[in-house]
Amino acid sequence: MTSACFHCGLPVPANAAVGTDTDAGMRWTVVIAGKRQPMCCPGCQAVAQSIVDNGLADYYDTRTGFGATAGDAMLVPPELLFDDAIAQTEAGVGESIDEAIFSIEGIRCGACVWLIERRLARLPGVLSVDMNVATERLQMRWTRPTCQSGVILKALREIGYVAFTFDPVTHGARLEQSRKTLFRRLFIAGLLMMQVMMYALPVYLATDGTMDRSMEDLMRWAGLLLTLPAVLYSAQPFFKGAWVALKNRMPGMDVPVALGISAAFLGSVDATLRGAGDVYFDSITMFIFLLLCSRYLELVARRKAASALDDLQRALPASALLMPDYPNRRDTVLVAAGQLREGDVILIRPGDAIATDGVVLEGATSIDASLLTGESRAQQKSIGADLPGGAINVSQPVTVRVSRPADKSTLSVLVKLIERSGQGKPRLAMWADRAAAWFVTVLLLFAVLVFLVWHAIDPARAWPIAIAVMVVSCPCALSLATPAALAAATDRLVRQGALIVQSHVLETLDRATHIVFDKTGTLTAGKPVLLHTQILGASAFRRCLQIAAALEASSAHPLAAAISQAARETELSVQDCLVSAPEHVAGQGVEGVLEGVRYRLGRAAYVAEIAGVADVTTSDPAAAEMSSIYLGGDGNWLARFDLADGVRTDAAAVVRYFRSLGKTVILLSGDAQMVAQKIGDSLGIAHALGDHLPQDKLNYVQALQASGAVVAMVGDGINDAAVLRAADVSFAMGSGAALAQMNADCVLLSGKLSTLCEVAETATQTVGVIRQNLAWATLYNLIAIPAAAFGLLNPWLSGIGMSLSSAVVVLNALRLRRIPKMHQWDDISPDEASAPAALSAHSLFEQGR
Amino acid sequence: MESLYLLVPLSIIIVFIAIRVFFAMSDSGQFDDMVGPSLRLLHDDDRPVTADKKDFEKEVPEV
Repeated sequence: MTSACFHCGLPVPANAAVGTDTDAGMRWTVVIAGKRQPMCCPGCQAVAQSIVDNGLADYYDTRTGFGATAGDAMLVPPELLFDDAIAQTEAGVGESIDEAIFSIEGIRCGACVWLIERRLARLPGVLSVDMNVATERLQMRWTRPTCQSGVILKALREIGYVAFTFDPVTHGARLEQSRKTLFRRLFIAGLLMMQVMMYALPVYLATDGTMDRSMEDLMRWAGLLLTLPAVLYSAQPFFKGAWVALKNRMPGMDVPVALGISAAFLGSVDATLRGAGDVYFDSITMFIFLLLCSRYLELVARRKAASALDDLQRALPASALLMPDYPNRRDTVLVAAGQLREGDVILIRPGDAIATDGVVLEGATSIDASLLTGESRAQQKSIGADLPGGAINVSQPVTVRVSRPADKSTLSVLVKLIERSGQGKPRLAMWADRAAAWFVTVLLLFAVLVFLVWHAIDPARAWPIAIAVMVVSCPCALSLATPAALAAATDRLVRQGALIVQSHVLETLDRATHIVFDKTGTLTAGKPVLLHTQILGASAFRRCLQIAAALEASSAHPLAAAISQAARETELSVQDCLVSAPEHVAGQGVEGVLEGVRYRLGRAAYVAEIAGVADVTTSDPAAAEMSSIYLGGDGNWLARFDLADGVRTDAAAVVRYFRSLGKTVILLSGDAQMVAQKIGDSLGIAHALGDHLPQDKLNYVQALQASGAVVAMVGDGINDAAVLRAADVSFAMGSGAALAQMNADCVLLSGKLSTLCEVAETATQTVGVIRQNLAWATLYNLIAIPAAAFGLLNPWLSGIGMSLSSAVVVLNALRLRRIPKMHQWDDISPDEASAPAALSAHSLFEQGR
Repeated sequence: MESLYLLVPLSIIIVFIAIRVFFAMSDSGQFDDMVGPSLRLLHDDDRPVTADKKDFEKEVPEV
């Protein structure tokens, strides 16, 4: 006898019957609700037993599908999940409270959610369990000593679900999958729409008597057959959305869409079967196709943002090189960053991100902490200095004693700050949902009312008229009005180099009263450029620059990059002069032999060792904000290079533009007040505030918001991430830190600040178009719905009316895609360094058209 | 007009075949990258000569 496993549905293997300890001849069984049920393997038995033992046997009554097979659940060893990822995603809210997001695989129905939430809520120490079916994400909070992430994963595995810590790569793969599925739905809907039209048109065109009854029936049946896949397959997202919305008692636009589709479809099927009445197959397929179009555009735009998430991983190093027997042996072991404890000794190689905060034990190096502090200059660190976690080791390998575990490092603290500030956000989205829910409820009640009234007047006409009300009003114009305009604007902005991540960006930016700029990397280029060169010796400028560039050719130091960039701009060939054996001295400079002469490039004191004593220090006060490096050969000084972070070429124009719109422009910087004030003055910003740490920035923006301001924040750097998230609408420079991009509502891919003006202009236009669309949709509905309710509209007329009204809305929205030719900020020469990024984004989209 | 009784069902069958073909193409990954192939066509000329040679040599069967 063979039967199916009660838990997973797989057939029970034949050899399971030769068991020893069974009464029904089965090897693996579990008593569920007083009945012995067969199991296919010990895995399923364990899972089912665990469910029953926990008093959750109700699961088997409410489930609508079989459990995940035990084989799948066992595939991933729990220890593996643990080590790398959890430590990173764990976010301590207080001293002993941990928080993590897991992606759960194998969610099939509401019963699964019920089971997971019930099971996990019973674990001691668990504070909250929040399972989201749509995203398959589980958000959990628990207290540390009583509960651990391992216990949670184990509990999940016991009831048959595999949990992964939420990570951007998996998330990206999911996004890609959903895009593919949506594209398929869209294609099918389009194909079927065209074909169904072919059958519908003859019926519309035929005058009385030209088309016989049987031919019309044939066309109807053909239409029905082809509409079926569109409704069952292509329209699925609407039905799913409607179902979720109804369950949450928040009827969004998906509800009337789904109801309209089902009512029109069922009515048409009924008419086809009876051979009398009207069919709306053409309207249904067209409606599905148009709505999917706008959804697809939106999704494609959002997917482009996912690449920024990938970069985030690099900011959070997952592993570290541990030296277990440090003083005695120098062997290193690769361990997960989360395993590092206070007092461990780790090796940090050049180019690596620093896994956690620590103190330098051996060696000297310079670090790039621009992600953390916004400070672009590399900082010199020698023995005894503190290294912040998340910074990049730039020059030399160092041995570091860990002073804090990875989840308490500087970077993690910033990440936590971001998470905390991100909680009060979806206010606007919720407001839109509530408005939609209200409209939908009224619409549905009205349809019912119309049906009842007509039922009293003329029962035969009640059903067709109720459908007509649904179809004619059926939110086409109304629900397309906003997304179509937003999608068109998003599309245009991507071609201009701005990526809209949150769809509320445009409407919020239009309302914004305050524009807050970060300094480093936003108003300034964020990396040093060669501003001025002073010739100290006999050699010409070009020769000095050539020698300097040759010396720095092998270095990745930011100042070296600036020298190399300057050499490239003056079209110097560095390849001709090769430096033999350049020697980098940490914190001092570089030495090398070129054409038999020894040269040094670096600090004055370092160069003086070979060039001889000379009074080369400058008294220029402006130099206080600049880094100067010196070049000298054996016995002579050659040049002084002054490097500083330059203000972006388009910054002044951008500030002027926003001031002309009547918005208050504010400069908020972590740098000294004097520096901030100077930049502010040069750009015409009246409110320039320096000495603001990330927490101060957050407080400042929140105080502004509390006083009624709508704040738009522009920044880069991780230190801005929290404030970016707190602002009503936020923009991150494309060259900025991945974290900032993830928390920003919009990413300026072009790396040009002037793109912000394009966004602002598009925002104004978009809000205008949305208003026009909504006005048109309201007008249309005000005329069409009563007309249909009074039975004045032929059903085919209401179908055409609906299609036309959607077309008007979509065409109006498509106007937004056109990029206007001339801009007031176009006369400013574009930032050369960022030109390639702008080009690629632009050409990519052009090719995709 | 009678021919329509044959042609309309035929057109439905063709649509379903088209859907089937589309799914096969989609599964094979043809629509995964709508941008790259068209760009690669342009890149061909910019490829270094040596790389081109190698590709060419690979295709020549060994004697």
